[in-house]
Amino acid sequence: MLGRSARDEQQLLEAIEEVPLDCIYYHTHSFFLRHKYIAGPYPNDFATWAAIQVRDRVLGEKLGVLDPYEFESLESLRVEIVTIIEEHLSELQIIPRAIYGEPFHFMQSRIIEVATGLAARTLTEFREILATVDASVIYYHTFEAMLRLGRRKGDFSIWIEEQLGLPELAQKISRLDPYMTSLEIIRHRILKLCDEVLEKRTLK
Amino acid sequence: MSQLDDYREVAPKGTADFLKLLAKKLQGKRVLHINSTRLGGGVAEILRSLIPLLQDVGLDAQWEVISGSEEFFRITKAFHNALQGQEQNLSQGMLKTYVEVNRENAGRLPHEADYLVIHDPQPAALIENRPCKGKWIWRCHIDISRPQWKVWSFLRRFVVRYDAAIFSLPRFAQRLPIPQFLIYPSIDPLSEKNRDLSDKEQAKILRRLSIPTDKPFLLQVSRFDRFKDPLGVIQAYRLVKKHHDIRLVLAGGEATDDPESEIVLSEVQEEARDDPDIHILLLPPDANLEINALQRAATIVLQKSLREGFGLTVAEAMWKGKPVIGGFAGGITVQLVYGVTGFTVNSVEGAAFRIHYLLDNPEVMAKMGDDAKEYVRRNFLITRHLGDYLALMNFWGR
Repeated sequence: MLGRSARDEQQLLEAIEEVPLDCIYYHTHSFFLRHKYIAGPYPNDFATWAAIQVRDRVLGEKLGVLDPYEFESLESLRVEIVTIIEEHLSELQIIPRAIYGEPFHFMQSRIIEVATGLAARTLTEFREILATVDASVIYYHTFEAMLRLGRRKGDFSIWIEEQLGLPELAQKISRLDPYMTSLEIIRHRILKLCDEVLEKRTLK
Repeated sequence: MSQLDDYREVAPKGTADFLKLLAKKLQGKRVLHINSTRLGGGVAEILRSLIPLLQDVGLDAQWEVISGSEEFFRITKAFHNALQGQEQNLSQGMLKTYVEVNRENAGRLPHEADYLVIHDPQPAALIENRPCKGKWIWRCHIDISRPQWKVWSFLRRFVVRYDAAIFSLPRFAQRLPIPQFLIYPSIDPLSEKNRDLSDKEQAKILRRLSIPTDKPFLLQVSRFDRFKDPLGVIQAYRLVKKHHDIRLVLAGGEATDDPESEIVLSEVQEEARDDPDIHILLLPPDANLEINALQRAATIVLQKSLREGFGLTVAEAMWKGKPVIGGFAGGITVQLVYGVTGFTVNSVEGAAFRIHYLLDNPEVMAKMGDDAKEYVRRNFLITRHLGDYLALMNFWGR
């Protein structure tokens, strides 16, 4: 926790310009790690705060539609967020404020990598392991991988394409939009896609 | 005493194995928790579950308690109240006693460890005698978002000497020159208060408490304190009673440290006097099974607080698959995702509307209860709490 908070949208804007990039990461990217089961009204904290605590649904919608994985760096994402808020405020006479709601509290986070010791060599093994691992594993190999690799593909798709030679399945997995769902739903959808391939093999 | 493997059935998929991996680099590390009581209160309840789990994953975890005279605890109670925003008068002599008792405890208690977690203000001044080795963490469980500044500035001079501080909500964070971490408190799903109960056990307890199960009932479990708004709960019940034949159960203990508690209780009793469908239960502090049975039997659980620390009674009820309607206060707002795991409300009318809505829509109630339970499974169980401590220690160990 940075011990810094914003009560209105101007304060939010000023703080976003100044806080460390780890803080921008926490409030945009790590949302899914903190909400493994249920996604909030919008998939980033800035949008949710504007919509729920300030009751400014317009800014909530404008920030909510931002897909952080479309930006090449956290700095460019920060610039975009600042631009959206600046434009929004320039159209208003009064700065929206959290009168009844909670202030925005700035936080930052670090990812701690832990090797699970689990390895898959076949699609069947991959499916078995994916079904039982902690949801943070899915976060690491989908969301975190996109930022780490700088491309819109996670570790699962790349491995399935390159190591298992299943480009069609890899493509279907990479097409799943992680930004609009939760980690458990992603797990469920990947398992379903794997089952389809495995069932086809059994029928053959 | 529960071990980590006992939680495999209740924690989210893969959690137990993940926690063991997280503990791998910390094998044999000495962790010492120090607080002010071994019995009663939320901190002792958490430590009773957490210490055996830390030991089970391979850490050398110990729990020590400071000792002091009645006068010392009167002073720290005043501290506690002042930090939560109540006006208190603390003389120089009282502050001196506080420091001296901490100094005596520092001489008596072991404090050679890799990680020392000091809970709440009572033992905070132990830091004065810290040895060179080990990371010292101040774990604050109380709401210090609006403290009495004189007392906070006295305490702050000890807090800044720690390596880090942990708070339960982002809004409790302070301007401090040390890292501040957010760790939510948790419930133990295997404790007497939260473990599964058979129908027979539940029925027996309800009979003993004289709570009939012939009608749906609303429940609020909390001490009789104005901030828990028991009179507001009765008003909301009355608004709903026009449409639904229901009962209301208000269960809680008297707040022995709050002189107003008796007045609030008599006001509640007076308000409920002519209504046989309102049941007021005065429960002893160790009535864990009774609370468990009441929460499981309730149709809707209320926690209509006007001010709240974290409000773990909300997570307890959610864990039992109940829809909860809570006041927009403190930690209730992070437990109740509006319309998904419950409803937060800002008035008597708001509470009445949501109770009425849920009673009219049993399918919504069932779905909300299921989602609430899953939300607690992932966010407010002791296993998540253990993971947070292990992550924090790993963070320093990198």
